[in-house]
Amino acid sequence: MTDSTSSGSTVLVLVETTDEGIVEVSQETLTFARDLGDVRAVVIGSAAPVVSKQLGDLGVSEVRLVEGPGFEAYAAAAWAGAVVAAQQDGQVRAVVAAGTPRGNEVLAHVAVRLGVAMAANVVEIGSTDPLTVSRQVLGGAAMEELRLTDEVAVLSVAGHACEPRLVEPPTTPAVETLTVEVPEADLRARVVRTEPGEPDESGGLKTARVVVGAGRGAGSADGFKDLLELTELLDGALGVSRVVTSLGWRPHHEQVGQTGSRVSPDLYVACGISGAIQHWAGMSSSKTIVAINSDPDAPMVTKAHYAVIGDLHEIVPAITEELRRRRSA
Amino acid sequence: MTNPSTGSGRRVLVCIKRVPDLGGEISLTADGMSVDDSSLGHTVSPHEECAVELAISVAKDTGGEATVLTLGTSDATEQLRNALALGCTGAVLVEADPGAYGPADVASAIAEVVRDHEAAGTTYDLVLVGNDASDTGDFQVGVRLAYLLDRPVVAGVSMLSVEGGSPDTVTASGLGPDGGTEVFEVPLPAVLTVMEGGIEPRYPSIPGRMKAKKIQVEERTPVAEPAGSGRLRLRLPEAAPSQVTVLGEGPEAAAAVVDLFEELGVLR
Repeated sequence: MTDSTSSGSTVLVLVETTDEGIVEVSQETLTFARDLGDVRAVVIGSAAPVVSKQLGDLGVSEVRLVEGPGFEAYAAAAWAGAVVAAQQDGQVRAVVAAGTPRGNEVLAHVAVRLGVAMAANVVEIGSTDPLTVSRQVLGGAAMEELRLTDEVAVLSVAGHACEPRLVEPPTTPAVETLTVEVPEADLRARVVRTEPGEPDESGGLKTARVVVGAGRGAGSADGFKDLLELTELLDGALGVSRVVTSLGWRPHHEQVGQTGSRVSPDLYVACGISGAIQHWAGMSSSKTIVAINSDPDAPMVTKAHYAVIGDLHEIVPAITEELRRRRSA
Repeated sequence: MTNPSTGSGRRVLVCIKRVPDLGGEISLTADGMSVDDSSLGHTVSPHEECAVELAISVAKDTGGEATVLTLGTSDATEQLRNALALGCTGAVLVEADPGAYGPADVASAIAEVVRDHEAAGTTYDLVLVGNDASDTGDFQVGVRLAYLLDRPVVAGVSMLSVEGGSPDTVTASGLGPDGGTEVFEVPLPAVLTVMEGGIEPRYPSIPGRMKAKKIQVEERTPVAEPAGSGRLRLRLPEAAPSQVTVLGEGPEAAAAVVDLFEELGVLR
């Protein structure tokens, strides 16, 4: 892929931020969007000072900073109204966001408001005229090539479809503050309160030399004892697949994959993980991958460097026992 | 506001989709436009299993009713019957080739049913759909439907409750971007898209299955011609030849695994 910033058209990117700056998937999305034209970023609510520097590092030409009393609590319809407002001047040919739950939700509203199609979880631009894209379907087991014929394309970019790439030299984006009035109807479904999740300890996961991964094969919330023991013996971190957090077996900050952390440890021990693209995208750059799985045909097994076939609940305790035995010998 | 058709009981419409139950390898049809499901079983996605569960719970808790809907071929009656066996009391089959329908077409077809039922005296307080279909993964049918019906919508809900809040609202919650829980109080009628994880779907009972057989499925054909999804073709990721070294089977392989760990220098 090459960066084309002289095509004369603009691509609007909804950027998700936290107090620490732009979230990683939005950084990837900003990088991806450069292939579609000059990037205009839309940031909703207050942005940390670090955000404007990051936007320049990622080659953004202009920024719309959306403010207004309607943006204190998240409401997808209000956000969509803001994105549409930020889209209205200039030659915006595409509206793009990261393929996060929030990105996809807001874009669905945007697509309806613009009366156009929306393509979720795009991984590749096929051609720009006419615009064709490849997107993940079947949970990442297949790609769909899709034609987007509307005047404005609305698409979300799948997590880890590309690496964030900085531009050299950084740009100095023109920042325009946009005060958007939110109609009452757009606040009918808004967050009335939030309840904190588990403390975020994913920093350890991202830097660990060894990650023990666990998937549906763990069986239940009670199925992690042996895995945690192995993690501790290897001085590593536990990483889990999406289904494990979806089922509430482990906290979200332990999730590895497209909608979780991306890790590249020296050793990844994938226990009871089938190896769906969702997960693979977050750990495929691990130096050595060892799969423990009862299904010898599971994608994780065929893609791994090493594999042990069988029940993780028998194999993992045997490994921890062997580790202890050698350690005490 | 109480539902004119059921008093204080809530009427819920839950929308599901028959999809192939993908285990290992998948293959495509000769034209590359769809998954060859001729040798596969069929199911509904985990999101939709949870949506059915939530629909039935809300109906039971309030003395209301849950109706299940699908757009698909007559084969999808299997999935409707399963939902009836779990506790839904009505079922609608919008008979059509789902492959010809894009997400906007599906939303229109569902909206048509909601409007027709409303005209016949049945108002749905809640319409539940899955967060995204496990085959097409479009992430937009629920939102499009909400706009067609002029109802509020929340995506990615994993829990909901009709008690405790005002009688005209539903309390819905789901995972927020920072891993916390976001709580919404949504005025009824509303559309919610359901994400798996908040609730354990129930299993069908034998009496439930018997009862389900006797329920008449409303069969309809959609009025509007579908515009389609813009799909050009499906493509399977290139399968790299496997380079895996199998260290062994079962717990006996433990020594070989630890040998490897030592070789890699990852042990303290």
